[in-house]
Amino acid sequence: SKIRGDTVHEQSSVEAMVLEMQDSKSGVKSSEQKLNITSIPHVVTGQDILAWIANHMKVDAQEAQTIGTMLVAYGFIYPLQDHKKLILKPDVSLYRFQTPYFWPVQKWKADNTDYAIYLAKRNIRKKGTLDVYEQEYYKNLHKWLNHKWDFIVMQAKEQYRAGKERNKADRVVFDCQERAYWIVHRPPPRTHSAMDYGVDRLIDPNAEENKTFDYYRRIIIFTQQAIMRSKVKSTVSLGAILKHMTTYKDHDPFLAPCLPSNPWQTDDSSYWDLNMRNVEIPTKMRVERWSFSFFELLNDPRGRTDFKVFLKKEFSGENLAFWEAAEEMKWGTASSISEKAQTIFKTFLAPGAPRWINIDGRTMGLTVKGLEHPHRYVLDAAQTHIFMLMKKDTFYRYLKSPVYKDIQKKALSPAPHNFTPSQLEQNAQNRKPGINPIIIWQQEEEERAKAAAAAGPIDIKKLMASKLDRK
Amino acid sequence: MAAQEVQPSETIAKLKSESEALKTKLEEERAKLHDVELHQVAEKVDPLGQFVMKTRRTLKGHGNKVLCMDWCKDKRRIVSSSQDGKVIVWDAFTTNKEHAVTMPCTWVMACAYAPSGCAVACGGLDNKCSVYPLSLDKNENLAAKKKSVAMHTNYLSACSFTNSDMQILTSSGDGTCALWDVESGQLLQSFHGHAADVLCLDLAPSETGNTFVSGGCDKKANVWDMRSGQCIQSFETHESDINSVRYYPSGDAFASGSDDATCRLYDLRADREVAIYSKESIIFGASSVDFSLSGRLLFGGYNDYTINVWDVLKGTRVSILFGHENRVSTLRVSPDGTAFCSGSWDHTLRVWA
Repeated sequence: SKIRGDTVHEQSSVEAMVLEMQDSKSGVKSSEQKLNITSIPHVVTGQDILAWIANHMKVDAQEAQTIGTMLVAYGFIYPLQDHKKLILKPDVSLYRFQTPYFWPVQKWKADNTDYAIYLAKRNIRKKGTLDVYEQEYYKNLHKWLNHKWDFIVMQAKEQYRAGKERNKADRVVFDCQERAYWIVHRPPPRTHSAMDYGVDRLIDPNAEENKTFDYYRRIIIFTQQAIMRSKVKSTVSLGAILKHMTTYKDHDPFLAPCLPSNPWQTDDSSYWDLNMRNVEIPTKMRVERWSFSFFELLNDPRGRTDFKVFLKKEFSGENLAFWEAAEEMKWGTASSISEKAQTIFKTFLAPGAPRWINIDGRTMGLTVKGLEHPHRYVLDAAQTHIFMLMKKDTFYRYLKSPVYKDIQKKALSPAPHNFTPSQLEQNAQNRKPGINPIIIWQQEEEERAKAAAAAGPIDIKKLMASKLDRK
Repeated sequence: MAAQEVQPSETIAKLKSESEALKTKLEEERAKLHDVELHQVAEKVDPLGQFVMKTRRTLKGHGNKVLCMDWCKDKRRIVSSSQDGKVIVWDAFTTNKEHAVTMPCTWVMACAYAPSGCAVACGGLDNKCSVYPLSLDKNENLAAKKKSVAMHTNYLSACSFTNSDMQILTSSGDGTCALWDVESGQLLQSFHGHAADVLCLDLAPSETGNTFVSGGCDKKANVWDMRSGQCIQSFETHESDINSVRYYPSGDAFASGSDDATCRLYDLRADREVAIYSKESIIFGASSVDFSLSGRLLFGGYNDYTINVWDVLKGTRVSILFGHENRVSTLRVSPDGTAFCSGSWDHTLRVWA
């Protein structure tokens, strides 16, 4: 999950690895070490752990470091020195393997009651040993668990007494283990622990869903539909996936340099200036991209503008205008649907409409009937028909037209930047703020209103009113 | 319909075997079309060169874990949200903070930038998705114009605007996804089918129609028809929670990242999983994935603090990026593909290029 510190799936493979690391023959070399005046057994160094991981998982030092740090962050291994930092140091720093009793477990959350007992016990042992963040916790726990505080104090005293009966070495080891557990599950400020808790799941995914009639009926219907649905051969679908990659290869800034330079790499934002939404002269790369698909052309506002220039010359702007109006209705507010439907009907579909679109009789009939009770998707059939018409015919004529060839010729081919290190430093000091998108949006809204007014005899007042409402 | 007279257990057993027979049939149908593997198709393609990807910006300002981020269409601004309830709008290029909002809840797990660039949406433990219109006036209190849009019965895990500022798609810990009208807060469509928390969603690139994909704690990735609310395709090959789903740029496929430490690629037209991106040394979950512009690279943010870069075609890892000091929780490529941004539990965001 994205919110809890669960090690839901990784658990078994990590546990297996951690056990292997403790094998007396093939595991990490361990020894007895003195901590203050006590001797602690089975102590290992950070560098030995990392060497073992690198060897065992066949990875380089950096990756071994990542894996090692995970083992500490989840609490499988704990540091004996500098115990609040949950990382694996690639040196002679000392670590121990955590006892399985304190391993992170999916089903058992580190309980507040247990934490309260732990803090109380430390208080009993020696007053004033709690850190500031622990005191905060203790104060809050006392508030939340006030009703069972007697129980908590009793448990703490009992555990403290039992602890005193152990021999010193065992007690020191246990204290280290327990302390490490709570560092992981209630991390101090600025400690990055992997077991930081967040939100509990509402639904237990492990719970068996009630296998009723409905459950199986749903599966049956769904599977029947899945069988019926048309699928294509892998050669075809994977071929299409490959084709997309190949087509866009030179346009992918991670695969080919973007010209004049990638703003994030050189701190020069010319690339963005040259590719603004409605720049007058686009770049050659951008114009090339319009030819990849009708969708690309329409999606780029500059491309759509150029397409409209072509349509104007052909006196066939109504198809695109209809498509745009249908998009506006589909993605617009629920309250504006019936108004827009009316306008669209009067402008594009009614007999004798000023911008009448030519769709087949059947689609026209269905659409007009649907408009009696308009809903968001009422124009889908007509819109698809018009889109396919433009895609299969108009688009290709556009690509062969003087309009497109003209813009191809005019398009810019910026030379690559060649900044010296000191120029790059200059750039970094002088990063230009971009235009606020709100301003661009306002400008485009004004242009849309102007274009709509110029387009023909439709109810301008109503159109402006609906635009202002949206704002 | 008249009540059934037969023994209930008999009928359930019959339905169960019928559903099993159909599942087998579906697998057979899929297998008939399974005439080539992705790595075979990949053989004819040149391998990728070496990559130099570095952190180009580090955005510091959140006081707690960064949970989510999204890019503005202007290719340089981003919105990010964190565990302490703060939502920040940055110009990532200059690293300036432009707006900050404090939500009335903690764990703001979802945030999204509106297509117009004029608003942001966010939500989390408040079970809601709210829209904040942005302002040119830096001193304006954005919370005053806040609009509550979505209402779920458990936490909001993800949200996304559709093609306009007027509709939002949400996913929730209550096991459902929903489509909302922003202006009125009206529920336009709800999507039921996941058996547990839904953790992520992604809208299909427009031309391929009105669909979206969601991933959940039930290990399923479901593809939905936005019009009818029906689940039209479902994939259950992951072994644990699916934390992130993202469409391939053409819309013909999608990738997923899961707690099972793998990322996978699903071919929608052939209706099957076609690739698993994994390594023995990667043992911690993938929290978020996104494609580079051409779809050749898949970037994955992981719980072991790293980012792995995969060659989508050949299935190999081409790079591993270090830098974050806690789990990477969110990752998105910028709209023009010039960079990607990662957010982490270490309180920072990084832009890489």
